[in-house]
Amino acid sequence: MSANSMTPQELLLPVRPGFILLTLVLALLANLLPWSGWTAWLAPDFVALLVLYWCIHEPRKFGFLTAWLLGLMMDIADGSLFGQHALAYVILAYAGTFLHRRVQRFSMAPQILHVIPLLLLTDLVVLLVRALAGADFPGLPYFLGSFVGAALWPLLTRLLKLPQRPRPDPDRV
Amino acid sequence: MEHTPPPLFRTGPTPLTRLLMLSTLSLMLLVADARFNYITLLRQATAVVLYPLQRLATAPAAIGRRISEFFVTHGALREDNQQLAARNLELAREAQQARALQQENAHLRGLLGVRERAGMPALAAEILYAARDPFARKVMIDRGIQGGIEAGRPVVDHVGVIGQVTRVYPWLSEVTLITDKGHLVPVMNLRTGLRAVLAGTGDEGRLELRFIPLAADFQTGDQLVTSGIDGVYPPGLPVAQITHVERNTAYLFANIQCKPLAGVHNHAQVLVLGPMSEKPERPPEYDGTAQKKRKKGG
Repeated sequence: MSANSMTPQELLLPVRPGFILLTLVLALLANLLPWSGWTAWLAPDFVALLVLYWCIHEPRKFGFLTAWLLGLMMDIADGSLFGQHALAYVILAYAGTFLHRRVQRFSMAPQILHVIPLLLLTDLVVLLVRALAGADFPGLPYFLGSFVGAALWPLLTRLLKLPQRPRPDPDRV
Repeated sequence: MEHTPPPLFRTGPTPLTRLLMLSTLSLMLLVADARFNYITLLRQATAVVLYPLQRLATAPAAIGRRISEFFVTHGALREDNQQLAARNLELAREAQQARALQQENAHLRGLLGVRERAGMPALAAEILYAARDPFARKVMIDRGIQGGIEAGRPVVDHVGVIGQVTRVYPWLSEVTLITDKGHLVPVMNLRTGLRAVLAGTGDEGRLELRFIPLAADFQTGDQLVTSGIDGVYPPGLPVAQITHVERNTAYLFANIQCKPLAGVHNHAQVLVLGPMSEKPERPPEYDGTAQKKRKKGG
């Protein structure tokens, strides 16, 4: 990584709200897949990842309320306490929005270093809520998913920016 | 935030305000869910929205299973068939014996004037997915209120008990497995008839018997079946097998580890049993205030 971590900025088309919705639905689907055994420990929380992505890249188009509602859905799907993911995602959305100008300026590697603590923060909120409700600490592998999620960040950024790239001008030589 | 919008534009509350509002709302929901069961309706409404996604997400696995079922080889089928035929013979013999025993039992019960234990209705269901909650052991099954399922029904597979329905949604229900931390099953040692309480540990494939005196007769390999005294699990269903018994005189109770018999963590077909046909009268609730009043009065 060069010392100058600024990347050339590219001009992107505005993102369509329908596209944001589609990615969120896909993330929910990914979370609902029947993960089992060790894959369940490794599988990142895709919804959290997407919430963070949209908060960093399109904070004007992605509201906290959406994050909150997604959290409620995850609570139903997991059969966990009603509101634990909602709380975690809202806090994540706030942190993402707060840092979006800073994170956007960095190239990929420093971006990942921002994403890891933010995802870990989400895990911590859930852990805290469950600990208060009387659950045991499930062990350190609990945090693995966040690191896997952060490792997926470059791929995610590349994929989600595809529809925003302007089409090459056919007349240009 | 760092940019204050000009007053010409309405941007709504600031992010911090929104964060605080939604956080407070979440905390209220959490408390309402953890302490009181006020939000069943809200849960069910959200569940309806989520249902198509849940089915869609589990569809690939179901399709894959069906495809692998289609491409089963002739040899495997023949082998299967032979095994099933052998098993069928064995079961037929047992069934004949059971019929004789049933008659004898009915006769004896009639003599004793005890009411007969009625056969229990059962609903077949399929496990859709295991919940991703690392703090609990739960699975979702594909039948809910519409399928006639109520909370509290015991769930078994072809080997033994896997758990109990704890929440029902319109088309799905949530089953807490016997391995869930804090889930208790009253059991009986098949060999000796001793009763005990089997507790989940939160670990896959590990259960423990609690509060067993050091001298109690429990051995490695003993089978545990439900004792039926809780009014939830009908008596006589296999639950677990003892894998390890440790008697340390430094402790008050023996340390007895068990493993569940049923495929608690496999994707499989399960049966949701009907409510127990005969429940004894519920004893009157212990009322602390009445006791205090009596004390004051006396």
